[in-house]
Formats: sequence, structure tokens, C-alpha cells
Amino acid sequence: MTALLEVSGVSKSFDGFKAIDNLSLSVAEPELRAIIGPNGAGKTTFMDLVTGKTRPDTGSIRYGELSRDLTRLSEAQIARAGIGRKFQQPTVFEDQTVVDNLTMALASPRNPLTVLLRRPDRRARAAEVAERVGLQTHLDHRAGTLSHGQKQWLEIGMLLAQEPRLLLVDEPAAGMTSAERERTTEMLVEAAKDHAVVVIEHDMEFVRRLKCRVTVLHEGRALAEGSLDHVCADPRVIDVYLGRPETADA
Amino acid sequence: MTDAAETRPAASLGRKYPGGVGAGPHSDLRVGAGPHSDLRVGAGPRSDLRVAAGRHGNADGARRPGLAGRTDVWMMLAALALITLIATILAQTGVVSVSFVKLLGKTLCLCLAALALDLVWGFTGILSLGHFAFFGIGGYAIGMWLMWDRTEAIVAGTLARAELPPTALELQEAIGTQIFGVVGSSDIPWLWTFAGSLPLQLAFAVLVPGLVAGIFGWLAFRSRVAGVYLSILTQAGTLALSLWLFQNDSGLRGNNGLSGLQNIPGLEHLPQSVISLWFLWASAAALGAGYVLAAWVVSGRFGSVLRGIRDNEARVRFLGYEVEHYKLAIFVGTAMVTGLAGALYYPQAGIVNPAEIAPIASIYLVVWVAIGGRGRLYGAVIGAAVVSLASSWFTGGGAPDIELGVYTIKWTDWWLVLLGLSFVLVTLFAPKGLGGLVDIWTQRRATRRDDLGPDQGSKRAEEETP
Repeated sequence: MTALLEVSGVSKSFDGFKAIDNLSLSVAEPELRAIIGPNGAGKTTFMDLVTGKTRPDTGSIRYGELSRDLTRLSEAQIARAGIGRKFQQPTVFEDQTVVDNLTMALASPRNPLTVLLRRPDRRARAAEVAERVGLQTHLDHRAGTLSHGQKQWLEIGMLLAQEPRLLLVDEPAAGMTSAERERTTEMLVEAAKDHAVVVIEHDMEFVRRLKCRVTVLHEGRALAEGSLDHVCADPRVIDVYLGRPETADA
Repeated sequence: MTDAAETRPAASLGRKYPGGVGAGPHSDLRVGAGPHSDLRVGAGPRSDLRVAAGRHGNADGARRPGLAGRTDVWMMLAALALITLIATILAQTGVVSVSFVKLLGKTLCLCLAALALDLVWGFTGILSLGHFAFFGIGGYAIGMWLMWDRTEAIVAGTLARAELPPTALELQEAIGTQIFGVVGSSDIPWLWTFAGSLPLQLAFAVLVPGLVAGIFGWLAFRSRVAGVYLSILTQAGTLALSLWLFQNDSGLRGNNGLSGLQNIPGLEHLPQSVISLWFLWASAAALGAGYVLAAWVVSGRFGSVLRGIRDNEARVRFLGYEVEHYKLAIFVGTAMVTGLAGALYYPQAGIVNPAEIAPIASIYLVVWVAIGGRGRLYGAVIGAAVVSLASSWFTGGGAPDIELGVYTIKWTDWWLVLLGLSFVLVTLFAPKGLGGLVDIWTQRRATRRDDLGPDQGSKRAEEETP
């Protein structure tokens, strides 16, 4: 296992508020990693930093064999380098069909001229991905008509279609029924067999099912790292996270 | 198209996710709450779904690449051919006047400009309040050749009657005095260096708008200026251009603009009735070609990306597309098409002056697209045609005044109020515009339909239409 993503000493503050404070983290390939933490722990900011949406104040984020510095790349370049992201809220193009959404995501050249001039029929490939996420009967439905869970899956499908090496998944199970969660878990575990997958989650039960290494974030710092049982036994974690009544029962 | 897929799902799920089909905690996946379970297990909902899915397929199929808006492309081409044919016959038999033919030809050019704006605004979400500037630049570029060549011929004719044959310098000075006398100058500005060459000026009519749009777009998009700020910038740019053109030392005859453009050098022997028809055909051909091109551009993945940028720019970035490059491409491309439309328009109008480029012109363009229905190509064309023809009718004294006893409504004064009112009404009550009427007519989807079923989407069928 070699590190695919190496975050070292990264800090980011918004108007004086330290969202990420000297965070260091390393993700191997393949690996399934869960990042948990209470609200405001900096989980989503972490994702924004890795995907280039925001730039760190200090520190470096290195990726891949060439140790490319992600802080110098645009969002699109980072995505093309093989980092895919799934948002917390399902973010699909509601005005377009499932097939259009997936076709847009499929790994292929992205520059405007090629996209305009070369038009292979990739419906079959899109349909394949749709099948993996159980949307094969909805190919020509507008994404806006899908249920919440189906949108989540469509977005996971779009993530898979991108064929990324590193998948950043933000609260994949939010708003899903238990059966849908079950399948989402399977998909993530399956994907983590040959990819690096980072899951940000709130729901401890869901994290437990992933059976993976867990990093606990608190106030922008990595508080503890290890198996779920290990970090749950950590008194600091209990103090900041599990000790809270509203999350204790999760 | 859904049937083929429906026969496979269980098997394929099993293949990809062995746990999904097996017993244990996963069994509820198929029988329980999963939205697909009904599809396979329940007989009742299934049949309903098939019908719904089938209808969906048909409705959305028109938007798929290969089928990409084929119906509306053919309809548009047929309509253009028909209009051109009828206008030609009526003009030949003297039923309609030369000025009507010109009005028709000009309207088709405006439709082309509106089509271009629809690509930028309706599909990509960039509200450009400066696209008419490109139209004007195209007009100026072709106007320079028209004026130069004609003046040159007249001046050469006059000087030839002198005792000594004129030198090249004398000829230049005479042309300069003739063209720039109105702004108190006889020097020929550098802008007119290539004014004697038709191919070059034609190329400029397309390339200069492209270059201007390229520089502007590169600066604006690179700095991620978007939304209303970008609109204001485009508006300011247009205003700056028209103010510059208003100056006498701009080299383009100040507020006089370029005139006499209806006289085509080399075609003096032909009456305007013939030339106007040629321009009508050329305008119709340009609009037809532009429509096919636009339909091709918005189909397939390129079109998906454009609409994606309109709906969620950030998401498109995270898919690996350089949003700025796409915006720049569509901005430059439509600027060039608009320039071409202008180059066809102004020889029919006869005059181009800085007032044409004033911000209000670009706002009109936006209003046409809004009333026609943005985000659909035929909407832009219908909107531009209907509103600009109505505008000519109302302001040209075609509409009878309304006597109210105490007050007489003169449409020349009240047309703008009517236009403004219809813009507000369309924005509030019919965001799909006139193009939406086409939808109702072709798809008849406005009629009530059953729900898609409890598991098949949170929205009902009626809500599904955008």
C-alpha cells in the first residue's frame, strides 16, 4: 500500500475561524477510510480542500505517484487527475436524463473541441453504469423526477463513471432508507477493493458497517485514527463526540 | 428502450453485488423498500410504470443525440423555405413591396442573432447584455467595404473627366474627403486599410466580433465573473463601444455612421427589388444553417455540458470539465455568428450608426429571447420574429390608434409600454415563453396524468415538465 493522497500540515481559516487546523492525513490505494466528527469539525472543508474548491492557507496536499501538488491545480484538473467527489446533497443535473448525466460523467476527453466534434455513442457504457446503481429502468427519465435515494445513487453512478482513483464521498447514506443504505455500503466496499475511498459520515452505524479505518476530526484536527472500536475507546473522542447526547444513540 | 433493460436487472445486480441477491440482510433490498422492487415483484404498479416509462421515453427521446431535435430542425428549415418561396412569389407579382421583403430579410437576421443569444443565455446561462454589439461590428465591417468601393467608383469616375489622369494619392484624398468630410476630415484612418477588399472585410465581420468576445470572455471568465456582474460588464462594454463610435475621430464617421449600404458595388444595374430578394434568400439560408449548427452544438455531450454549466457550474467542474473553456467557446462562437447576421442585416437596412450598438439594442435581443422562450432554439427564433415584426407594425403606423374619448392611444408611443408589459407577464406567468406553446401543441403533456407511483419519484408527472 502506497499513499495516494498525502495531506500534510494543512490549515484553512475563514474570517478568523479555523476550519482546518494543521491537519495531516494519508490515504492509501486501495483503502476505505471513514472520516467522522461532529458538526463543524471541518469534514466538508477537508473535501473542498482536496478537490480544489478552496485553497489551504498553509500546508500541502500531494497526490499520486508524481506527488502532484493539488493546491496548484484547478477543480477540473484535479477531477481529471482521478479524484471524484460525491456531494452531501445529491447534486445531479435535474433537467437532464439519467443517461445524459452519466454520459457527462463517463471517463473520456474533456476539452471542448473533442467533445464537440467526436461523438461516439456511449449509451451502452452509460447503461452499464446505470445498471450498477440500479437505475437501468430509468435511463431516459429526467433526473429531477427521481426520488431522493435514486438521486444519491445516480450521483454515485456518476462518480463510478468518472473512473476515479480516489473517491470522496460526503454523507452517502443521508436520507436513505435502510435497504438503500445497505446497498450503498456494498457499493462503497466493492469500490474500495481497487480504489481509494474516503467516506465522510455522521452516522456511526453506517461507519460500523464499512469495517474500515476511521479518522475522527474535531475542530479541524485529526483527533484519533484507527478502527472504529479503537477510536470509540479513546477518551478524547468520547469527550468531544460520543459524549454528546444527540449523537450517543447513533 | 426500457424493456430491454428490464429483463436483466436481477441477474446483473447479482453479478456486480453478490450480496444484493442473496439472503440475509440484503434480501429486503429487492422485496422491501428499494424502489426497484415494485418493478419486478408487484404486477400492478409494474404495468403502470411501463406506460409511464414509455411516455417518458418518447418525450425525452427527442433530446437524445442522433435524434437531437430533428423534428424542430426540419420544421424550421421547411418554414424558412416556405416563407422565402411565398415572399419571392408575392414580390415578383408585386403584391408586397420591396421594403416588406427587406423587413422580412432583416427579421431573419435578427432571428439569427437571437438564436445565438439563446445559446449563450438559454443554454449556458450567461446573460450577455452586449451581444448586439457584435451584430453592429459585423455591420460596420461590411459597411466599410460597401461605402469604400462605391465611393471609389464615383470618385474615379469624376476624376477621370479631369484633363490629367489622377494619381493614386489624389484618388485616396478624394475618397477620404468624400467619406470623412462629414466629420471634418480627409485622412483615411488606419481602420480602413483593408476597406477595399471584400473578402477581408467579410472575414473581419466574423473575426473581429470573435476576437473582441475572445478577449473580453477570457478576462471575465478566467476571473470567474458570473451572473449579474458579468451582465453588467457586457453592458458596460457595449456602452463603451458605442460611445467610442459616437466620437468623430473614431474613424468610423461618428454619429453619422455608415450609410448608403443598400447600394451594392458592382450590382448598380440591378433594381432594389432583385437585390432585396437575394438578401432575403441569403438571410434565410444563414438562419437555416445557423439553426442546424445550433441544434448540433446543443445535442450530445457538448450540449449536456452547456446545460450543466447553466444549472450547476461547480458540479461540472468537479466532473473534470474546464467550465471557462466551454463558456469562452460558446461566447466566441455566438459572437461570430452574430457578426455574420449583422453583416447580412445592414446592407438591407442601408445604414449602420452607433445608436444601433447602444445597450438598449442588446436588451431588446434579450427580451425577444425571453418572450420566445429561452433554452429552446425555436423559441428564440419565434420570439425575435414575432416581437420585431410586431414592433415594426406598431411603430410603423400599421396598428390603428384607439380613441378613448378623452385620450387617444397612439401605438407609436404606447408600443414600448405594451412590450414591457408583455415581458413582465411572460416572466411571471409563462417562463417558457411562446416556445412553451409549441410544447403544449406537440406533446399535449399539459393534460392530467396519473402519479408516477409512490416509489417512482417524489414528484408527480405534472411536475416533471421543466
